[in-house]
Amino acid sequence: MAFQLIDRRLNGKHKSAVNRQRFLRRYRKHIKEAVADAVNKRSITDTDRGDEISIPRKDVSEPQFRHGHGGRQQRILPGNKEFITGDRIARPSGGGGGSGGGNASDSGEGMDEFVFELSQQEFLDFMFEDLELPNLTKKQLKDADAYKLVRGGYTSEGLPARLNIVQSLRGAQARRIALGGAIRRQIRTLKEELDAVALQAGCEARVREIKSELERLQRRLNQIPFLDDFDLRYNNFIQQPVPTSSAVMFCLMDVSGSMTQEIKNIAKRFFILLHLFLKRNYKKIDVVFIRHHTIASEVDEEEFFYSRETGGTVVSSALRMMEQIVRERYPANDWNIYAAQASDGENWSDDSPQCRDLLQGSILPNVQHYAYVEINSGNDQELWHAYEEIQEKFPDNFAMKKVSDSSDIFPVFHDLFEKKSV
Amino acid sequence: MSKRKPIAEGSEWSFKDVEAYETELARVAERYRLDTYPNQIEIISAEQMMDAYSSTGMPVGYHHWSFGKQFLSTEQQYRRGHIGLAYELVINSNPCISYLMEENTLTLQALVIAHACFGHNSFFKGNYLFKTWTDASAIVDYLLFAKKYVAECEERHGVEATESLLDSCHALMNYGVDRFRRPASISAEDETRRQHEREEFLQAQVNDLWRTIPTKKKAKVEEWPKFPPEPQENLLYFIEKNAPILEPWEREIVRIVRKITQYFYPQRQTKVMNEGWATFWHYTLLHTLYDEGLVTDGFMLEFLQSHTNVIYQPAFDSPHFSGINPYTLGYAMFTDIRRICEQPTDEDKRFFPDIAGSDWLDTLHHAMANYKDESFILQFLSPKIIRDLKLFGIVDDDKEKEIEISVIHDDNGYRQIREELAEQYNLSAQEPNIQVQEVDLRGDRSLTIRHLQHDRIPLDEDSAKEVMKHLHHLWHFDVHLESMQEESVTARYICDDDSTRNVTGEETSPAEIV
Repeated sequence: MAFQLIDRRLNGKHKSAVNRQRFLRRYRKHIKEAVADAVNKRSITDTDRGDEISIPRKDVSEPQFRHGHGGRQQRILPGNKEFITGDRIARPSGGGGGSGGGNASDSGEGMDEFVFELSQQEFLDFMFEDLELPNLTKKQLKDADAYKLVRGGYTSEGLPARLNIVQSLRGAQARRIALGGAIRRQIRTLKEELDAVALQAGCEARVREIKSELERLQRRLNQIPFLDDFDLRYNNFIQQPVPTSSAVMFCLMDVSGSMTQEIKNIAKRFFILLHLFLKRNYKKIDVVFIRHHTIASEVDEEEFFYSRETGGTVVSSALRMMEQIVRERYPANDWNIYAAQASDGENWSDDSPQCRDLLQGSILPNVQHYAYVEINSGNDQELWHAYEEIQEKFPDNFAMKKVSDSSDIFPVFHDLFEKKSV
Repeated sequence: MSKRKPIAEGSEWSFKDVEAYETELARVAERYRLDTYPNQIEIISAEQMMDAYSSTGMPVGYHHWSFGKQFLSTEQQYRRGHIGLAYELVINSNPCISYLMEENTLTLQALVIAHACFGHNSFFKGNYLFKTWTDASAIVDYLLFAKKYVAECEERHGVEATESLLDSCHALMNYGVDRFRRPASISAEDETRRQHEREEFLQAQVNDLWRTIPTKKKAKVEEWPKFPPEPQENLLYFIEKNAPILEPWEREIVRIVRKITQYFYPQRQTKVMNEGWATFWHYTLLHTLYDEGLVTDGFMLEFLQSHTNVIYQPAFDSPHFSGINPYTLGYAMFTDIRRICEQPTDEDKRFFPDIAGSDWLDTLHHAMANYKDESFILQFLSPKIIRDLKLFGIVDDDKEKEIEISVIHDDNGYRQIREELAEQYNLSAQEPNIQVQEVDLRGDRSLTIRHLQHDRIPLDEDSAKEVMKHLHHLWHFDVHLESMQEESVTARYICDDDSTRNVTGEETSPAEIV
């Protein structure tokens, strides 16, 4: 009997990948809601993983005609212990007496939520879906220093080190076949004639003639060179400009006495979201943390979020510092610069106009995007008014939003980076 | 004790071992006259098994979100450890494809080869339902065609349109099979009548052209023939042939879903027999190998443990209870048929005069080939099994306050239990009986379907409303559903362009003014 044993383990195992995508697409709306919920519920440090998502089971059900409860239902069951015919027993609580066949499990009596796992990638996709980084293209081809060499076919001139042997010999063989074809054909016909004539008497002259002709042709054939200069092919490389794929993200935060740890946590969520989002677009991201009260200082992440400071607030000190760091370390034509500023909106009253001038004059022309988040549920303050003027002048790369508690963060982030219709 | 020369030892399997077991099992199976398609055994990983699960075991299938949903839920349950995956999955095709999980131990591989490659395989080849309804050599090609066709439709008409069409077809899937083949021959009288009806029908259509011209009052409304002339149980077939404005590609997709459902219909009708047959044979084949000294005692212990798990039947009040285990019932019945043949008791002689004392192998093959679950149980469920499983019957009547124990495993009850259990495996009684009743050709083209209640059991309203939306999607005109108790309508639903409404008690649907 014919029998086959096949090892399929090496075949692709994601046969259902398409169907899985179909499912995700169909329930996009549900999943997005669940993802937004999950983002807000999560602790600050682990936004970077997948999650379990649950959807109400009735929304994913596939309806079929089914029997309902009621009527007269008969059923045979195994495992009788003490019943005898005619016994009457109370209906078990929670539902009628069984649903007929054995198909009850599928009809959704067990769980009322359909739960499944999203991978980290899918999770982030849903999280950042329909968001985009504004002005992403601005710097892309500007950076003249970055080139990479890519293969660009073959040339007939080049450095010996780049000689492509296979291509060269292939060309040579083609040339030899092409040039020698006619001669070989002549040789073939002459040889046939020779075979025919050699046996006949009185044709010695012709035989000699043919032989000398054959010799001549053979000589010509041998003169075709095995490899000619003409055949040589060299690998060709061309230079392609590489888009700048590095970005720097400035986190600016007010750490004056009015900023409580809670407000900082809200700010931190915003910074983390921005960082994750940038990571999806750039290979390499530097993060610069600048905190300020009346004086600004560049600090590491830990200090940025957790150390306590007190005192007044001079926002322009941080902006000045940022400007200086950009000038020294992140020249605007090499880097994509993003900045996010979080504050409770308080500022030294004379300082706000200065901030406005700094942003307008030297910062905004150089950055891809500047986002300002004010964590404050009270009235607008001076800084807000000053920034409003800026927003009018730089609608493309300046954005500002107010946030009152941590559940606003994701929606606000979403608003800030929503894809603008073209 | 005789010297044992085992085929292989240890618990890790290798390709050589699997082949060796297949060869030995094939030799033994032939002795028991198991006639099989050629075997194609494929080793797959757990993930691939989940893939196979989610496409109901089809080796290729068209794309649809519901398969993705199935996959996600299987994956989730498997990860949490709620379910283990099956050791094998077998496809009714020629050659017969069996998937074996790489994680199985050597003993398990031998068990599943015996179970799937010889048990299920011979059942697919021998049982009359499979012979009548399925073409094992063509199924893989057909599935491939279906997949390509659906993909093409997605390209041409959009994924969404195709997917929602498939949704609708899936909702009616269980009503896409021919349960009872109607006899092809009809009497000459009927034929004449039909011919007459057809003529009338044609005439009526011609008249229809003139309908817009004002007629004199005296012209009576023409008597229109009822359409369809007889109720139709195959809803999808009816739609494929008669839906007024489906496009050709849509009809083809309806047909694809219908064909595939029809292909798997015999499997649903023979769950108990098929599993019982396969379980009986893995038990018998492996014991034969043991008797020949080809497997070790350790092998048998591991095998028996798995076997016992497979045929475990929790009692009705156990938290693990989820209906009668088809493996248990089927295995018990085939084993008992053999016992009745070989060592009949007086009781057996009374109940089974035909088979008591006959050749067991002949009887078993006969039973396998010529029955489906319903008739198999009706014919072969013996009092001994009823006693062993302690089967009893209940009646849950919504007119009574309590549930009544109608029958138990005693002398008076055997036959009744047998009949009621057989009925429990009658698919057409387990699903609501729904038929196409009428199309209002003269009026709004609405489609009326009728649910015939059995023992006053109603339809589940929520799901019925949803399904009607799908039916409307295919029919494109209003759909009416009447739930009938005897001769009277107890519930009536109408599905129009916007919604499905329960209109029970409201007066007269247009379909009734005839």
